[in-house]
Amino acid sequence: MKLTDVLRFASGSLAGARARTLLMVAAMAIGVAAVVVLTSLGEGARLYVVGQFSSLGTNLVIVLPGRSETTGNPGMLLGETTRDLTLDDALSLTRSRAIRRIAPLNVGSALVSTHKRNRETPVLGSTADMLAIRHMSMGQGHFLPGGDPRQATPVCVLGAKVKNELFGTQQAVGEWLRIGDRRFRVIGVLASQGQSMGFDSDELVIVPVASAQMLFNTSSLFRILIEARSREDILRAKQDAEDILAKRHEGERDVTVVTQDAILATFDRILRALTLAVGGIAAISLAVAGILIMNVMLIAVSQRTQEIGLLKAIGAAPGQIRVLFFAEAAVLSLVGALAGLVLGFMGSFVIGSLYPLLPSTPPWWAVLAAFATALGTGVLFSVAPARRASRLDPVESLARH
Amino acid sequence: MIQLSGIQRVFQVGDQEVHALRDIDLSIGAGEYLSLMGPSGSGKSTLLNLIGLLDRPSAGLYRLDEHDVTGLSDEEQAQVRRDKIGFVFQFFHLIPRLSAAANIELPLLLAGVPAEERNSRVARLIVDYGLTGRETHRPDQLSGGQRQRVAIARATVMQPAVILADEPTGNLDRATGQEVMSILEGLAAKGVTLILVTHDPEIGNRARRKLRMVDGRIVADQRA
Repeated sequence: MKLTDVLRFASGSLAGARARTLLMVAAMAIGVAAVVVLTSLGEGARLYVVGQFSSLGTNLVIVLPGRSETTGNPGMLLGETTRDLTLDDALSLTRSRAIRRIAPLNVGSALVSTHKRNRETPVLGSTADMLAIRHMSMGQGHFLPGGDPRQATPVCVLGAKVKNELFGTQQAVGEWLRIGDRRFRVIGVLASQGQSMGFDSDELVIVPVASAQMLFNTSSLFRILIEARSREDILRAKQDAEDILAKRHEGERDVTVVTQDAILATFDRILRALTLAVGGIAAISLAVAGILIMNVMLIAVSQRTQEIGLLKAIGAAPGQIRVLFFAEAAVLSLVGALAGLVLGFMGSFVIGSLYPLLPSTPPWWAVLAAFATALGTGVLFSVAPARRASRLDPVESLARH
Repeated sequence: MIQLSGIQRVFQVGDQEVHALRDIDLSIGAGEYLSLMGPSGSGKSTLLNLIGLLDRPSAGLYRLDEHDVTGLSDEEQAQVRRDKIGFVFQFFHLIPRLSAAANIELPLLLAGVPAEERNSRVARLIVDYGLTGRETHRPDQLSGGQRQRVAIARATVMQPAVILADEPTGNLDRATGQEVMSILEGLAAKGVTLILVTHDPEIGNRARRKLRMVDGRIVADQRA
């Protein structure tokens, strides 16, 4: 029997039982669509996080005070405090050839007030290079001035939202305001950027790092941001930063240096696993669809005993009967899977237009896997019905009317 | 052409053994026109199914065209059925969703005959059996006589050597029954071996050779 004839015959018998066929196609389609939509959500979340990380800066290496050890370190238990990172530590890092620029970072919260209004705002102490490292851009005026970072110049840069809240539509650049107990002159306003990594630059006030240290009465730093010269230099920059700081800290490696790539890779792994898990859960609905197909095919076999008996009488071998039923299941799953893909892509398009922030496209491997699983379960679960059909006794099946 | 020797067919019904066929020895030559008559339960349909390889004997030897077919596998038997045997049933057994032409085409489809040849063979049979204009009709749009003619066309489309007809007129009125009989007898006249099961003596007596069965045995074998 020729393949095209088998397919035509199978399609014919599917078309002959319209309600049954529609039901099974729907079950299959829902399963495939679920896989496509859910994995596209997971993949969207992953791309979102990756995007957020990239907006933090490129070739970024971050130095944190303290070191998390996996080997036993009695320091924590004995109450030994970690050594502070200082501004001089940060400045010493520029010696490395792999490091293009650095930005020391100090964070605190302070009351920011003009003569009319005030509000509690996160205050960031940094240097001129931060603008370039964090890929921020100015709306008005200038960023922090270059020059010696140890100098506590009384100037500040406002986030777009802080500016609006404190000055409304009035000119802010050139005005004076008060942060904590000190007076600062506004020299610039950041362009509105929105959130990145839960850090809203629109709600920040940025001052020179030395001013921040005075303001918060501390000599330590919260972080040091390092931009490596190139992607290839990231690891060397990390190594250099560790070496330089160890030398300055009497040979003790008491800082943690992480690369953005490493963090990104971790998130990437976690979210990929999440996508897989969600896809797997959706695939269960495909298995359910498979069982439904088996059930309905078994009913079809008992409804069509006469037809099967006749096919045998006119010379269909048991193998041919099996192939015919397989073909029916395959055509059914194929149509169901295609309908599911259309449904799934429509669904992820709708989600994409509802939440434009999430880049929602189903990953190609999930689409392929959903398709293959649909076909696989369809054919797998038709093994039992096909066998039953091929084993029917022709005399008995023809005797029934 | 058909040689049965020592054929037994025993069914197990509960814990009782039912002998549907006992010690059947029968030889049928090529081109014979033969009727099998007898009361219900005498084993005539069982014998017909056995000859048609739809059933296997419990004991005995069945030779078809000088070949032992009792020991063939299911797949091999299916092939013999397809190539050498045509069935005509009382209840036609047409596939309801297929058109008349598609029903006739079915054995060719199973045999993997190319589409062109299929179409020409089916077209010829449609003309031969007076079904012109009905080829696209489904069975429920055909009369009883037309349905049986479609069924006979299906049985002959592979040009088998043997036609087995189980009560072919049992579901038809007299006039249509006559019409169907003359088609079958036309085939017999062309040299096809025709075996007819019936309990209508008027039909059965038209055959050149008449077998009578009672209780699984052949009790009479008359040749005209």
